[in-house]
Amino acid sequence: MNRFDVLQVFLSLAVLLVCAPPLGTFMYKVYVGERHLFSWLRPLELVCEKFLGRIAQDEMNWKEYSLAVLFFNAIGILFVFLLQLLQAKLPLNPQGFAAPTWDLSLNTAVSFVTNTNWQAYSGENTLGYLVQMLALAVQNFLSAAVGMSVAIALARGIARKNSQTIGNFWQDTVRGTLYILLPLSILLAVVLAGTGVVQNFSSYPTAQTLESAQQVIPMGPAASQIAIKQLGTNGGGFFNANSAHPFENPSPFSNWLELISILLLPAGIVFTFGEMVKSRRQGWTIFLTMFALLAAGLSISLWAEYSFNPAIGSAAMMEGKELRFGITNSVLWSTFTSAASNGSVNAMHSSLSPIAGGIALFNIMLGEIIFGGLGSGLYGMILFVIMTVFLAGLMVGRTPEYLGKKIEAREIQMVILAILLPSAAILIGAGAAAVLPAGLSSLSSKGPHGLSEILYAYVSAGGNNGSAFAGLNANTVYYNVTLAVVMLLGRFGVIFPVLAIAGNLAAKKYSPPSIGTFTTDNALFVVLLIGVIIIVGGLTFFPALTLGPIVEHFLMLSGKVF
Amino acid sequence: MKQLMPAIKLFALLTVLTGILYPLFITLIAQKVFPEQANGSLLYKDGKLVGSALVAQKFQTPQYFWARPSAVDYNPMPSGGSNAGPTSADLKAKVLERQKLGLTDEMLFASASGLDPHISPAAAKSQVERIVLARKLGETGKGKLMQLIEQNTEQRQFGFLGEVRVNVLRLNLALDQGV
Repeated sequence: MNRFDVLQVFLSLAVLLVCAPPLGTFMYKVYVGERHLFSWLRPLELVCEKFLGRIAQDEMNWKEYSLAVLFFNAIGILFVFLLQLLQAKLPLNPQGFAAPTWDLSLNTAVSFVTNTNWQAYSGENTLGYLVQMLALAVQNFLSAAVGMSVAIALARGIARKNSQTIGNFWQDTVRGTLYILLPLSILLAVVLAGTGVVQNFSSYPTAQTLESAQQVIPMGPAASQIAIKQLGTNGGGFFNANSAHPFENPSPFSNWLELISILLLPAGIVFTFGEMVKSRRQGWTIFLTMFALLAAGLSISLWAEYSFNPAIGSAAMMEGKELRFGITNSVLWSTFTSAASNGSVNAMHSSLSPIAGGIALFNIMLGEIIFGGLGSGLYGMILFVIMTVFLAGLMVGRTPEYLGKKIEAREIQMVILAILLPSAAILIGAGAAAVLPAGLSSLSSKGPHGLSEILYAYVSAGGNNGSAFAGLNANTVYYNVTLAVVMLLGRFGVIFPVLAIAGNLAAKKYSPPSIGTFTTDNALFVVLLIGVIIIVGGLTFFPALTLGPIVEHFLMLSGKVF
Repeated sequence: MKQLMPAIKLFALLTVLTGILYPLFITLIAQKVFPEQANGSLLYKDGKLVGSALVAQKFQTPQYFWARPSAVDYNPMPSGGSNAGPTSADLKAKVLERQKLGLTDEMLFASASGLDPHISPAAAKSQVERIVLARKLGETGKGKLMQLIEQNTEQRQFGFLGEVRVNVLRLNLALDQGV
């Protein structure tokens, strides 16, 4: 690494520290309805209110809130699914693409609605512009807005006392979309278009190359989609190579903007939480926990990627990387995108060194809580916070409390459910695929890397990440269907327990802190919380990691190839 | 069930806003302010489309600078990398093969997109000898080629972002204009 590499790493982390707190305050104002930067867009919110009627403002209990989430997402899945099946008959499809198969359409629909954005298809030769915009871009916005809504509802549940309600889902979702996602996306999209990201509705021109061959050049409204793809922790590329594609990420500057956009909002919303529960210190505690885990993973990945690979006989290998980004920006991205459940890539994760690829895998395995998905990272982390408070309570023999709310059996049951459900889905899914012929026939790599390919696919689906060890041919009925199921469990298997916890906590009375209350906003708590995260993640996934990336690392050191 | 109607209504409303109005608005601005970039940074020669400055094309004859290896053979339909892992025997064989061709540095490895438009100045300079020979340019031509590479070298953006690089297609277009 040279001084430019160090500077780029430092700057990418520093911008988070500087921008996230004020962004969090802004988002807080949006959700509680105070005056903010984009209050002048209020007429748009009034249109929504008017169109939806009274129900868009009435307070909801947690069951109503869950039902609203359920209906909204079910409609989304149905719409994206059908629009793909009808693609051949719809306009704005200049290349005349046929409809994808039913299983691929289903997988893509579930994938984009659950904020996973796993892609078993290649955008540039499968989907027309209408489907990209009207089905996928929309879900880029909505899945991110839903994630934020659920996180805000949980914050309300903690902040309110003796209350039956946790807010209004329609209002939260409208505000998140109108005031947070849309303005930032417009800003980013325009700048990206300036750097060379394509934004048009042309058909694909054919160039005659200097050596007189034909080359078809793909086009499309990419900039608008890529802006929200990065900001909303979506990660679904307009093109197959995702943000490695020169039309999706043309320059070092576009790369830096897209890179920091991955973590900006997920980091900001942590401070929104602090404001909502009236404890900025609590926001900072959670932020620093996430930041420490991010920095640790980044350091290990950088070390691994710059190290010598005796199996191939090269250090700092550029396989699967773009020259304009180099090693450092590729590793920054692989760490950021797996820490946040973004899942976009600017380098092929499958070609990373075993340890750097393993860190990406491990980041997702921890449950997408190192900033994580927009909203989902925060509520996922709160689950671990509650778990930590509970364990600390067990040790001293007191009823645990978090921010003045007693944590009791019902909450812990829900926490366990939300942590175990995705993990179980991942391990069962990957285990089955690793023994069934339908799973094994899609492998492209031999040796331990093959197991990593399968494992990564299910971990990515369960963590709603969407990145891949893309050698695996995932566009088969078996993978499309099983991964869709895992994505659904990974999303809604967490959202509904979280909303139940929100409802339960809202109904409780406030118990003021006493001398015996365990403090949750100091350095000791950060250490404990990290310990719990690593132990839970480690115990669940360590055996699988051992057989994949870890054993591959040692075989690589001994110069073995497969 | 009373939440079903608002779900349908809001979905429809936000679909129109984020799925139609938003991309149209961005297209409008992009086409007005950055028409060249928004349309794919296309390059023309004698009025004919020869490619995009951002998309690598296949160069295999000795008289041109070559781009990095491509897992999709420079066909953008679709883009992609090799996804070869760090213990792939296939990758090892390919790297050895490329070394035998005299390639070095990042030219030994396939890019992520398969369309990486850039190579490093070092990789460009390592190809000069071959081009001079193929084009019969002699010793003076060699100096001019080196100069051409210097002229087409893009520095780190703002002095620190990304890597120093040369755009292969632009370099070859300049090469064809005469050394």
